[in-house]
Amino acid sequence: MSASSPRAAYLRGLRTALPFVIVVAPFGLLFGVVGTEAGLDIAQVMGFTVLVIAGASQFTALQLMADGAPTLIVVASALAVNLRMAMYSASLAPYLGQAPFWQRALAAYMNVDQTYALGHAEYEARPGMTVAERMAFFFGTATPIIPVWVGATAVGIWVGAALPPALGLDFAVPITFIALIAPALRTLAHVAAAVTSVVMAILLGFLPWNLWLLAAGLAAMIVGAEVERRMEARR
Amino acid sequence: MSYTDAQLWVIILALGVGTFLIRFSFLGVLGNRELPPWLLRHLRYTAVGILPAMVTPLVLWPEATGGTLDPVRMAAAAVGLGVGLWTKNAIWAIVAGMGSFWALGALLG
Repeated sequence: MSASSPRAAYLRGLRTALPFVIVVAPFGLLFGVVGTEAGLDIAQVMGFTVLVIAGASQFTALQLMADGAPTLIVVASALAVNLRMAMYSASLAPYLGQAPFWQRALAAYMNVDQTYALGHAEYEARPGMTVAERMAFFFGTATPIIPVWVGATAVGIWVGAALPPALGLDFAVPITFIALIAPALRTLAHVAAAVTSVVMAILLGFLPWNLWLLAAGLAAMIVGAEVERRMEARR
Repeated sequence: MSYTDAQLWVIILALGVGTFLIRFSFLGVLGNRELPPWLLRHLRYTAVGILPAMVTPLVLWPEATGGTLDPVRMAAAAVGLGVGLWTKNAIWAIVAGMGSFWALGALLG
């Protein structure tokens, strides 16, 4: 391997990630708009976007705060949405686990849906990569994705301040969630989990402090996992 | 919003730190340890398990209509879901959902 190959891997990662900027930008923009309309100041909206970098959980926190849920419930529910990232972390560990600590910490911070998916696909397709090349590729994918996410949110704050409230942007939050869910309904198990989630939200709506959200999520996870197990057993 | 600035920053920082720790878990500390299959199976359904519950009250009894059923919101949500299922593309689903929300609102309102 030549000394320049991490550099080549970095550039390949950057090129691979570029088209996904189109997916990331609208969500960042929308968070800026909705966060501003909800009454957060510039520093708070940017704080969310820079520190969390996870759209679905940010929108979840925003919605629970609009409902006036207790602080602990807001944090727990939004974190529950991000639990899938433990899976991302586990599936990258065999490929990046030997890298220096600071690189793993930085990669963890930037481990979002897009960088994870692109990184993991690359490592599977090219088993001969060195750890340095893999890290370089990962940071390559993050190079356009993360700044565009942050920049789009900033633009959203600016746009949001200029929009009239009559636009009904409160509805952008459920529509965004629906848009995230629909393409994820790939299997019967995913559909079963989603349906359980809706039914439980209706049945448990009486629970205080928005606890119905965590309860419905837990029930849906159990149903999804169980359906998957039975489908596999049948094969 | 009924939170003090201090409460808001507690939420932002706790969510930021917590999310980082979730992302860092295996990469940073737990290393190459295999996750038990039953746990992996449950983790796969976290997003698709929680987000629909989140959406349900926002579509069925939205605050903007005083908590009563609103045909415009329900129809727009159905359009967004349909387009999302059909195109497998989140951006088109948002465009279709918000587009039909505004169009139906203008037509019926």
